[in-house]
Amino acid sequence: MKIATRESFGLALCELAKEHPEIVVLDADLAAATKTDIFKKAYPDRFFDCGIAEGNMIGVAAGLAACGKVPFAASFAMFATGRAYEQIRNSVGYPHLNVKIAGSHAGISVGEDGATHQCCEDLALMRTIPGMVILNPADHYEMTEAVKAAYAYHGPVYIRLGRLAIDTFNDPDHYQFAIGKGITLKDGSDVTVIATGLVVNEALKAVNALEAKGIHARLINMHTIKPIDKEIIIKAAKETGKIITVEEHSIIGGLGEAVCSVTAEYCPVPVKRIGIKDIYGHSGPALGLLSEFGLDAEGLEKSIAEIMQ
Amino acid sequence: MNHQEFLEMQKLACQVRIWTVEGVFHAKSGHPGGSLSAADMMTYLYFKEMNVNPDNPQDPDRDRFVLSKGHCCPALYAVLALKGYFPTDEIKSLRHIGAMLQGHPDMKRTPGVDMSSGSLGQGISAACGMALAAKYDQKDYRVYTMLGDGECEEGQVWEAAMFASHMKLDNLCVIVDFNGLQIDGHVNEVAGLEPLDKKFEGFGFEVLHMDGNNFEEIEAAFEKAKTIKGKPTAIIARTVKGKGVSYMENQVGWHGKAPNAEQYETAIKELTAQLKALEG
Repeated sequence: MKIATRESFGLALCELAKEHPEIVVLDADLAAATKTDIFKKAYPDRFFDCGIAEGNMIGVAAGLAACGKVPFAASFAMFATGRAYEQIRNSVGYPHLNVKIAGSHAGISVGEDGATHQCCEDLALMRTIPGMVILNPADHYEMTEAVKAAYAYHGPVYIRLGRLAIDTFNDPDHYQFAIGKGITLKDGSDVTVIATGLVVNEALKAVNALEAKGIHARLINMHTIKPIDKEIIIKAAKETGKIITVEEHSIIGGLGEAVCSVTAEYCPVPVKRIGIKDIYGHSGPALGLLSEFGLDAEGLEKSIAEIMQ
Repeated sequence: MNHQEFLEMQKLACQVRIWTVEGVFHAKSGHPGGSLSAADMMTYLYFKEMNVNPDNPQDPDRDRFVLSKGHCCPALYAVLALKGYFPTDEIKSLRHIGAMLQGHPDMKRTPGVDMSSGSLGQGISAACGMALAAKYDQKDYRVYTMLGDGECEEGQVWEAAMFASHMKLDNLCVIVDFNGLQIDGHVNEVAGLEPLDKKFEGFGFEVLHMDGNNFEEIEAAFEKAKTIKGKPTAIIARTVKGKGVSYMENQVGWHGKAPNAEQYETAIKELTAQLKALEG
């Protein structure tokens, strides 16, 4: 099944709202794109379009949360975390209000819209806010569980959503999600690949292909960027001696640097960061861009093999 | 209010001004000018207008106040202390390490503070969210938010204004403390704010005017605001920055500066004399 995590988000929100009347949803004129329109159709009285005014939307969410509501505020990752960064920091983060922020169209897989809309900095921005939980689910099932977990957690949460329809790979019968707990998808002893979000499945294909070529890589799905799972990183560093991080995000400030912070402090090992290398994206079909930036299975297989030489 | 009540309100406001000066003096920093211009309105809100109870500061049905011009919290803290939300001793540790009273309002630390604020333009959005929550829950509490005139230069104020009127938030009352001065000078020299009433009208607000340092006008405006249905109200309050302390009045330099020991003595002497005169 192919489904974009933005759509999984919209569906999960609808499901959750059935039992929880305090859930309300805000959007900034992008409901059709962020898929909060699924919620809007089901619960028109609980959906508030704030217009193209993201700063105000975050402030309104803060006020709603201060009165006991659980607002989910959605926009493109670029505008939700970039335009409204300071509103999130001061009106949501500082008072630790129970606001959930969803940033869709994250990363270069936005595609044709190009660099202005391809946000590769959202994880970095949100990581700097004290108390912010950051979730970056990798497929439909993980997103469904992440939305439930975000609701269950009392405090600000940022959830990253993708535009591109992607394969589901988690097994819904056995899948378990816990905030701050990475998931080992494949064991291995030569190196640990730590991936997050949309590229986890690409990394899975890459490490499976490398297994046949004699590279025994461990793969960790790091769906929570903050709080980062220190234990799983330290264990991987000790047991495999090197780490490669993979993210559809700038190599500055995202998963790669979060992992480096842990290894540098607790168990220094070589870490290679694969991601967007301090450059802007550009227009083009999503799959073409993922390939160009080396973030598809083929590109990752090549990069990991080169690093392992 | 009758004559006696007006007199009582004036005394309370005078005490608020004294504690405002105490707080800023002991902090050796802070914003006395805008605190003093707003002191009468905040006193009226907490002692007459709003349905609040210091014994139950988290009552879900209470009226809310968001000090969007958060830097003027010395006056808010004085009002809250006077109302009984916390001991008045706290005033003298304003802005000190470990203090309950932060340099800008902190809802997690200070009983009675309904929203953390200080980054200008943001409080009004939170107030919109609170007013929307009341509508959603079909509750009849009202939400008051006070902005500085200079603060209205922030784009977010107008995003929020558009939202408030689109959502028909008639339970929202925006007060603009129009003291005419901001850090860099007169508001119209810095950024050409006027006509502010026409701007709010254009954004769908009912606009009222009052002298924000006159309790009769304050009462009339707040009473009128409660009768406005189907749209939010903005009250443009003409005030004197630094009101009550002679050397601070209408002086741009007293926006964000603490008095020295000598100036502090003068201020307290003046305000105490005003209080004595009211007490007859």
